[in-house]
Amino acid sequence: MSTVETNPPVAPYFMRQPGKPFPPPEYADFRKLNGLAQVALPSGGRAWLITRHEDVRAVLTDPRISSDPSREGFPRPTATAGVPTPHEVPGWFVGSDAPDHTRLRKALISEFTIRRMKAIQGTVEEIVDGCIDRMLADGKREADLVNDFALAVPSLVIATMLGVPPADRKFFEAQSKVLVTISSEDEKRADASRQVHRYLNRLIALRRKRPADDMISRLVASGQVTDREIPGVAMLLLIAGHETTANNISLGAVTLMQNPQWIGDPRIVEELLRYHSVADLVLMRAVLEDIEIGGQLVRKGEGLVLLVAGANHDDAVFERAGEFDPSRSAQGHVAFGYGVHQCLGQNLVRIEMEVAYRKLFERIPTLEVAAPIATLPYKYDGVLFGLHNLPVRW
Amino acid sequence: MVRISVDTGTCVGAAQCVLAAEELFDQDDDGIVTLLNANPEGEAVKAARVAAESCPSRSITLHED
Ligand code: HEM
Ligand code: SF4
Repeated sequence: MSTVETNPPVAPYFMRQPGKPFPPPEYADFRKLNGLAQVALPSGGRAWLITRHEDVRAVLTDPRISSDPSREGFPRPTATAGVPTPHEVPGWFVGSDAPDHTRLRKALISEFTIRRMKAIQGTVEEIVDGCIDRMLADGKREADLVNDFALAVPSLVIATMLGVPPADRKFFEAQSKVLVTISSEDEKRADASRQVHRYLNRLIALRRKRPADDMISRLVASGQVTDREIPGVAMLLLIAGHETTANNISLGAVTLMQNPQWIGDPRIVEELLRYHSVADLVLMRAVLEDIEIGGQLVRKGEGLVLLVAGANHDDAVFERAGEFDPSRSAQGHVAFGYGVHQCLGQNLVRIEMEVAYRKLFERIPTLEVAAPIATLPYKYDGVLFGLHNLPVRW
Repeated sequence: MVRISVDTGTCVGAAQCVLAAEELFDQDDDGIVTLLNANPEGEAVKAARVAAESCPSRSITLHED
């Protein structure tokens, strides 16, 4: 590009900073320009940041983009880390394109229909009650809502759905917590990953011999998913829905404790999803052919990071987007992405969040944050936004 | 008159349509969209528009005849 004016601004990868509001104010600055900026990835490369709601939705339904991390230009946040490719983990279909993605997704959607989610509500309630029982049991009247509640609920729910027997769920919960905790040492995380993998393989072998009424048995029987893919699919379900849901539950609990007038309103879930936009840096794509985004030519082989919080706080779509206001229509938010990869677990999340807040505030009405909000350990350096810990008392 | 059509080939089972208008859309046993009523009237037309607009795979089309 020849003129200075058309040079896009270059942003650091982590614009979240202690003391700064979330989403970072730069997102609004970029939206006011032409909606695009370049980001300097920690790995040394560059990618495009897409910040406007309209552009994010348009790009995510454009056939000229790819979710396959092995494609040229796919953003690699760090030299080693990043999304695994389906070549590394067979069955990891969030990182694949048609036809593999279509086949694997279609094999799973019957597990997440609205009807099935309604049927599982009772199980979610039992799990949530169990976690609250554990918090209340020691009589200390204080807890870490992240570790004792928000991380436990989604992993116990998905373990139950997959078919992990009750006796093994503690093990499963403990290992998957290590797996998704950013501060875990690499060594420990690799070990947890091996253990969960080994466990899933044993469970799959067991269900092959003795099928039960659970997801793994049905996947094995479906014939749609190969033997090599089933562990990867199960792992994806576990990981995709764990920290994401936990971050939403804990950030949402803080927001509700600050805005108690909304507790019990059925509209809070959708607005919390929009407002917190925890999957802020999750949406990454490679560009397969030259395309125009918001008037900007983006070349084949370049990478895109579609900012969830950018789109969900776009004033052109959500008035006073920075305010938490469940009376608005949050409809159209992209907290779960958009396009063919839109979150498979979203209707499960809606139930988990509704049940979590209802039970939490019903059973512990005096629940309060046990530290000044500004000092809470927010996740400034993760792909997902959230809280490392949340000290509460009652 | 508004007529709804759905493309079961591109549907990815996100159920945004069912959430928006459960009197118009349902999911079959495989999780794929099925139409309960292709000719919505009154308030249901609005719900159909929300469904079409929310569908992440753009599998719902409204034909205004
Ligand atoms: C609040 C919690 C959650 C948030 C914010 C969230 C967010 C997302 C987002 C943004 C995507 C799109 C990724 C992309 O397009 O590249 C996604 C995909 C996915 N999510 Fe979720 N998710 C949540 C919970 C869950 C749960 C509970 C499950 C499963 C039990 C789950 C399973 C999946 C799967 C399997 C995909 C890949 C879908 C595909 O590629 O077709 N998620 N999620
Ligand atoms: S919203 Fe679209 S993708 Fe989702 S079930 Fe309905 S038609 Fe299918």
